[in-house]
Amino acid sequence: MDKLIQDLKVQIIAQLNLQDVKPEDIGDDQPLFVEGLGLDSIDALELIVLLQQQYKIKLSNAEDGPKVFRSVRTIAEYIREHQPQNT
Amino acid sequence: MNAPVFIAGMGAISAIGNNLSECLNALENQQAGMGEMAYLHSVHSKTLPVAEVKLSNDALSEQLGLSKIISRTAMLSMVAAKEALENAAIAALSNFRTGFISANTVGGMDRTEQFFNAFLPDHKKGKLRDVVHHECGYISELAADYLGIRDYVTTISTACSSSANSVFYGARLIRNNILDVVVAGGTDALTKFTLNGFNTLMILDQDPCKPFDENRKGLNLGEGAGYVVMVSEKVAAVLKKAPFCKLSGYCNANDAYHQTASSPDGTGSYLAMKGALDRAGLLPEAIDYINLHGTGTQNNDIAEGTAIKRLFGPVYPKMSSTKSFTGHTLGASGGLEAVFSVLALRENIIYPNLRLQTPMKELPFVPETLLLKDVSVKNVLSNSFGFGGNCSSLIFSKI
Amino acid sequence: MPAPIYITASTIISSNRLVKNGQTLYEYTELDTAGFLMTAYQHLGVKYPKFYKMDHLSKLGWLAAEFLLKASFESARYAPEQVGIILTNANSSLDADLKYFESAREFASPALFVYTLPNIVIGEICIKHNFKGENAFFIFEEFDAGFIQKYVSGLMNSNILQACICGWVECIGEEYKAVLFFIEKGAENEPSAAVNDVADDLFTTDNLNKIYHSDNG
Repeated sequence: MDKLIQDLKVQIIAQLNLQDVKPEDIGDDQPLFVEGLGLDSIDALELIVLLQQQYKIKLSNAEDGPKVFRSVRTIAEYIREHQPQNT
Repeated sequence: MNAPVFIAGMGAISAIGNNLSECLNALENQQAGMGEMAYLHSVHSKTLPVAEVKLSNDALSEQLGLSKIISRTAMLSMVAAKEALENAAIAALSNFRTGFISANTVGGMDRTEQFFNAFLPDHKKGKLRDVVHHECGYISELAADYLGIRDYVTTISTACSSSANSVFYGARLIRNNILDVVVAGGTDALTKFTLNGFNTLMILDQDPCKPFDENRKGLNLGEGAGYVVMVSEKVAAVLKKAPFCKLSGYCNANDAYHQTASSPDGTGSYLAMKGALDRAGLLPEAIDYINLHGTGTQNNDIAEGTAIKRLFGPVYPKMSSTKSFTGHTLGASGGLEAVFSVLALRENIIYPNLRLQTPMKELPFVPETLLLKDVSVKNVLSNSFGFGGNCSSLIFSKI
Repeated sequence: MPAPIYITASTIISSNRLVKNGQTLYEYTELDTAGFLMTAYQHLGVKYPKFYKMDHLSKLGWLAAEFLLKASFESARYAPEQVGIILTNANSSLDADLKYFESAREFASPALFVYTLPNIVIGEICIKHNFKGENAFFIFEEFDAGFIQKYVSGLMNSNILQACICGWVECIGEEYKAVLFFIEKGAENEPSAAVNDVADDLFTTDNLNKIYHSDNG
């Protein structure tokens, strides 16, 4: 899980072009949207692309976004639950 | 500066009709235009309904008498603008300073996509003539040449409010005595580019859209073109028939909130509607019908609705989103809806907002769900809001 | 008589050079478009993480507006809806269109798609400064000073706007040029020479052209 969380932080920074942010700046449970990292609706869509590209997980309902993308930990948990068995 | 600007002609092509009377007929008979793709080739053809114009590129080219197929965006523009000019029937048009103000957002993207299909696998292939029409401005030049309009040609590109902006920009040119006659509106063809793009934004409904419904799931993309012919007082005086109405108010404002999302309270929408009313010298209660921007996305409808609540409450005019018929035609929507607004004034009718079943719980009003006939329609407000925060409202008034 | 209208500031960004009010602020060598935009952002000294997400056209226009307004704009003088933006270029958002097209071959990026409209750059400037006045983006074959002068004067004289950012913002690959003007009204009945320590140029077609073409030397 820790490895996944670390990977995710690096991937999120790359995917969302967060050039001033370092992986260690993002807390595992820190809110990503609004008050936390200040991400917006377009960032949420990019996170959906990230899940699809890197983890082959399709989040088809955008309304699930806020729950799944609350923090890096919630994303990691979602990936654990939904990742195809063979990877 | 405050000379009146009259609407003397109009033309339209959309998924619900290839001309004005077909469009009106469909609006009156509650016939929506969205369905499975017939002309656009896309991997989404079975899952995403679109509102296509029911003519192939060959048919459009033949109808226009062109020797070859050019960008669909330009052909749609030519069909509707030509109808608008014929509808206005201005005798000796060449005696007047005439302009063409046209909006579009995709340009010749449809042709560019064909070029890339051939070019990407093999860089020696692909016809370069397919990309020369890519830029938005070229589309307007092609159509203006076809119409024989040379005095003034301009292209506006401000996303989904583009063609509402061309209407009021045209009105300003008349008011400032720069032009006598202006054909203004916009055009856009469906392309894979826009379909895939909107799909990545996850705002496309997989069923026919439900604007202003509590359970709305997004918009359907459409295509088409819509133009009005605006004339000065001097030209109006020599017309064989009376002009339909006048453009009495218009305003543009920026929401200054987000690249694509509207602010929760619809600040930009509010400023645009309020500014248009002020310019027209009308109080909110004078508006009989609002042609809503009403895309069917969660975000637009709540922002627009909240702004309407703030400006009009507690007594609301009749309203509906005709995007429930035509889909969202992007750069054409402001022009098409300007035409529908003028038709509502002329026919004294109010169009239904199709497929509205559950009213939005946040709003104290409900758009019309049935066609209303023989109602007094004196002033119509038409809303067009676009990405980049660009918000515009137009008001058409009986003379 | 309407109040006289002035060009109270101008910014030119092209070919690795950044000019404000006729003075070269920065000049770099051998930077590509991306490198130049990033270096200019660092010189601006403002922390605005959204900048990294913008496409090149928006970065260029946003930077030009930042340098234009820096030390030249008093936000307290105007209400949000009194300040507008009128921009023009020849190629719309072609630079972003092509990048999105490339990305879509593998995985279409929503963040790239939102920039495939030319007026998003206007939105970015409005968001930064909370400008809510009239805004429009026109496509022309080349810079048309006469159009800008007439159009913006009309907006100012009819009191739709009290101040306006206007000009040209074009970016395609390694070619870029932004020329922005800040337009404000002087006091009514003011003599034609401005009373400020530095005389502002009157908002005329000639002066717009002179500034626009001044970086060709």
